[in-house]
Amino acid sequence: MAARNAPPARSRPGRVLLVLGVVLAAMYGFVVLGGEWKPRLGLDLQGGTRLTMQAEPTSGTGEITEEKMDEAVSIIRQRVDGTGVTEAEISTQGADQIVVEVPGEERGRLAEQVGQTAQLRFRLVWGQPMPGAQPQQPQQPDASPQPDASPSPQPDASPQNNRVAPTWAQRAAGASPSPSTSAEPSAQPSPDRGSSTDLEGAELLGWQPSDALLQRYQSYTCPAPGEADQQADNPDRGLISCDDAGNKYLLSPAIIEGTELSDASSGIPAAGAGYVVQLEFDDSATDVFGDVTAAINGTGKQFAIVLDGRVLTAPTVSNGAIRTGQAQISGNFTQESASALANSLKYGALPLSFTTQGVTVEGPELAEDALAAGVVAGLVGLLLVVVYCLLYYRALGLVVISSLLVAGGGVYAAVLLLSETMGFTLTLPGVAGLIVAIGITADSFIVFFERLRDEVREGKSLRTSVETGWARAKMTILAADTVTLLAALVLYIFAIGAVKGFAFALGLTTLVDVFVVFFFTKPLVTMLARTRFFGRGHPLSGLDAKHLGVDHIQGAVARKGRTAGGVA
Amino acid sequence: MSRLGKLGARLYSGEVSFDFVGRRRLWYVASAVVLVVAVVALFVRPLNYGIEFEGGVEFRAQTDNPSSAVAPMREAVIDTGLEDDPIVVSSGDDTVRVQTEGLSAGEIQTVTAALEQTGASSVSSDFVGPSWGQSVANRALLGLGVFLALVVLFIGFYFREWKMSLAAIVALGHDVLITVGIYALTGFEVTPATVTGLLTILGYSLYDTVVVFDKVRENTRGMASSTRRTYAESANLAVNQTLVRSINTSVAALLPVAALLYVGVAQLGSGPLKDLALVLFIGMAAGTYSSIFIATPLLVQLKEREPAVLEQSRRVAARRGDAPPPLAGERPSEPVTAGSASRARPMGTGSSGRSQPQRRPRSQRGRGR
Repeated sequence: MAARNAPPARSRPGRVLLVLGVVLAAMYGFVVLGGEWKPRLGLDLQGGTRLTMQAEPTSGTGEITEEKMDEAVSIIRQRVDGTGVTEAEISTQGADQIVVEVPGEERGRLAEQVGQTAQLRFRLVWGQPMPGAQPQQPQQPDASPQPDASPSPQPDASPQNNRVAPTWAQRAAGASPSPSTSAEPSAQPSPDRGSSTDLEGAELLGWQPSDALLQRYQSYTCPAPGEADQQADNPDRGLISCDDAGNKYLLSPAIIEGTELSDASSGIPAAGAGYVVQLEFDDSATDVFGDVTAAINGTGKQFAIVLDGRVLTAPTVSNGAIRTGQAQISGNFTQESASALANSLKYGALPLSFTTQGVTVEGPELAEDALAAGVVAGLVGLLLVVVYCLLYYRALGLVVISSLLVAGGGVYAAVLLLSETMGFTLTLPGVAGLIVAIGITADSFIVFFERLRDEVREGKSLRTSVETGWARAKMTILAADTVTLLAALVLYIFAIGAVKGFAFALGLTTLVDVFVVFFFTKPLVTMLARTRFFGRGHPLSGLDAKHLGVDHIQGAVARKGRTAGGVA
Repeated sequence: MSRLGKLGARLYSGEVSFDFVGRRRLWYVASAVVLVVAVVALFVRPLNYGIEFEGGVEFRAQTDNPSSAVAPMREAVIDTGLEDDPIVVSSGDDTVRVQTEGLSAGEIQTVTAALEQTGASSVSSDFVGPSWGQSVANRALLGLGVFLALVVLFIGFYFREWKMSLAAIVALGHDVLITVGIYALTGFEVTPATVTGLLTILGYSLYDTVVVFDKVRENTRGMASSTRRTYAESANLAVNQTLVRSINTSVAALLPVAALLYVGVAQLGSGPLKDLALVLFIGMAAGTYSSIFIATPLLVQLKEREPAVLEQSRRVAARRGDAPPPLAGERPSEPVTAGSASRARPMGTGSSGRSQPQRRPRSQRGRGR
C-alpha cells in the first residue's frame, strides 16, 4: 500500500483509503452473497399495474385505525393471492392508503378484484319496493358506472367526474342496469320444521320502521349514477337503499351479516346457464335464514341481499324454507365478477371502505424505454460534469471523477443491498434522484477544491493548504449536506408514492457523498499533494500558479530536494 | 477556464470586487419586478394542473410515427363512446398521449384495445382519482411547513444567528415564487413530480446559501475588535470569494439536470423525468441567483440594524477618515461600497504583472488605507 511508503504525517490517508476499500469490498461481498446484481425495479421501469386505494371513514366502518389498515392489507393480500397473482406487493402508504403493485402483465381489473369493501348483509324488505329513480337517466347506462356502492359518501364525486370511481357492485351484478337476480334454494326445502321466534334475526320479521324513517323513505330519491348514496349502512338499523334499476327499498336491520358466511364460491351450477355465487352460512345464520325463508315463503315478501349499502337482489321465497345453510346469488355475472365477489366474501369484508385513487398500468415496452432514458440521462449528466471538472480543475478533475466513481459504486451497492434486505425498489423518480445527486455530490468536491485553492492563494504550501482548507471546507460540506439530507428526509416522510423513491435516492446519495468526501476525496488529495506533480504546481495539475492567478506556489521551489516523492 | 481561475484569485483577494451588497436596491427592484410578474401571472393564468390533480385517465400509446397516429387514435378513442372529447397529443418520438375523463376498468380496457388496433405496440394507462393530486399537494404543503421549521432551527443553530435563518428563508420563498410564476407564465404542466421538484429546490437553494453564509461568518468573525472592514464589506467580500465556487457548484448541479431534462423531453416526451428536471432547472438557477443577490444583502441589511454593527461601521469610517483616501470616489459615510474601498479596478483590465500580497497572512494584508 501506498501508506507504507509515505513519510510519517499527521494524517494517514492510506489507512483511511484502506478502510474505505474494506467497507466497499464488504458491501459488494454481501451483494455477491445475495447473488443479485440488478436492483429491483419499480413498476414504472418494468411494467405492471399499481392500484392506490384511499380508506374513507364512514359511519358503517368507523374510524381509520392502524389495526384496521393492517387487517385490510392482509385481506387484500389474500384476495390478490386468490386471483393467482404471486408477486404482488401490498403496502400501506401514509395513514390511510393501500397500494397494490402487481408487476408484469397488465391487470386493469385489479381494482375491482381487491378493492371491494364487500359488506354483505341480508335484510328484510318492508312493504314493496318503489321506483325511486331520478327523472333523468343516462342515455348509455351500460357505459356509466353506478355510484359508489360503499356506504360511505364519496366526497369527491360530482357530476363532472361521475365516472371516476366505479365500484364493483354494478359489475358484480353485471353491466345490465336491471339485474333480475333471484336467490334460489339450492337444496331441498324442509318446510316441516317450525320456526322458532326467539332468534334475533327472525324476530326482525315483525320489524316496523319509525315514522321518521318512513317519511324519509317516501321522499327519498335514488342517487343518480355518480352520486354517492348518503345512507349509512348500519347493520343494527333500518336502511333505505336502491338497486341498480333505480328501485328504492326500505330495509330492516340486518338479519344475517357477511361475517356469518362460512364459505363462498363461484361457478356455473349444473342446471344453470350463468355464473352464480354460492354462499354457505355458518350454523346460527343457517337457522336464521331457515326461519326467515319459512316465514316469508309464499307470502310475496322479499328479503334483500345488500352489498356495500346497495341492494344487489331482492328475491321472494316460493319453494319453502331454506334450511341447508346454502344460498346462491345468480344474475348477470361474468366469470370474473362472480369469482371476484365470491373471493371478497370468502376472505371477509374489508374493515374499511376504500375509494380507488389511482390505477396505473405501465406497458412493459414503455417501461423499458423509461429505464433506458434514465440510464442515458445519467450517463450524459455524468459525462458533462466530468468534462466540466476536467476543463476547470485539470488533473484535480481526475480526483472528482474517481470520487464520483467511488460514490457511484457505493450508491449502487447500497441500492442492491437495500433492495435485497428492505425491499427497496428503484423507480423512475428514484433514478432522477440519483442523477440530480451527481451534481450535488460534485458540489462537495468543488467546495473542497475551491477552499484548497483559496488557501494556496493565501500563500500556503499545498500540503498545508490541504489540511487547513479541509478543516474549513468540511464544516461547509457537512452543513450543506445536512440541509440536503433534511430536505430528503422531509420529502421521504411526507411524500406519497413514487416521490418517496426520489427522496430516498437523494438522501442515500447525500449520505454516500459525505462518506466519500471524508474517506476518499480528502485522503486522496492529501496523498496527491505529496507528489511532485501536484505539490509543485504542474501546469496540468489544476493547482499551478497561473491557473490560480498567483505569482507562484509556496513550496514549489523550496521543496525541491526534500520531497518525499512518489506516493501515488 | 484559467481565466475563471484568475478571476477567482482576484475575487478572493478583493482586487476585483462586485458590489453585491451595496447595490442591493438594484437587485431588490429586479427581483421585485420578477416577483410581481410572477404573482400577476398566477392570477391571470392559473397553473396548468396535470391529470393527477384533475382526475381522469392518461393513456400512453407507443407507436412508430406519433404525429401521424394522433388523428386516427383520436377517432378511435372517441368511437369508444366517451362523454368528453379526449386530449390526444404526440409526446417524444414514439409516444402518443391520450387524456380522458375518469373511466371504469372495463372502459379503460376498451380504449386500450382501440389504441392497440390503431397501431400502438404498447399502451400504458394511468387512472387517477380526483383526490390523488390533492392529497399529494396537501402532504407537500405539510412537508414544506416542517422543512421550513427544521431549516430555520438548523441554520439558527449552526450559524448561531437567526438573521441568517430569516435571510435564507426569504431567499427560499423568492426562488419558489419565481419558479411557480414561470410555471404560470409558460403554462407548463404541474404534476406531483413538479411539486417534488419544488421541495427539492428548497434544499438546493439552501445548500448554496449555506455555502455563502459560511464564508460570511468566517469573514466577520472577530470583527467587533477590528476596524479594517465593515460588516457589509466583509459580507460582500465573502460573496465575491465564493462567487467562483457558486458558479462551479451551480454548473455542476445544473449539468445533470439539463441532461435529465433533455432526455426526458426528447426521449420520453413527458412524464416525471421532464417534470422533475424542468422545475429543478428553473429553481436551481433561481437559487444560485438568490444566494448571491438576495440572501446576503438582506442579511447585511438586517445586521446593520444592530447597534454593535453600526458602532463598528462608524469606527471603520472614522479610521478611514484619518487615513489618506484611497480613491476619489470613496465616501466614508457609505461604508457599503466595499468594491471601491479596496484597490478595485474595472474587471478585465487587470494585468497579471501586478504583485499580489498573497505571501503575507491575510491579517497583515494592507488595504491601502
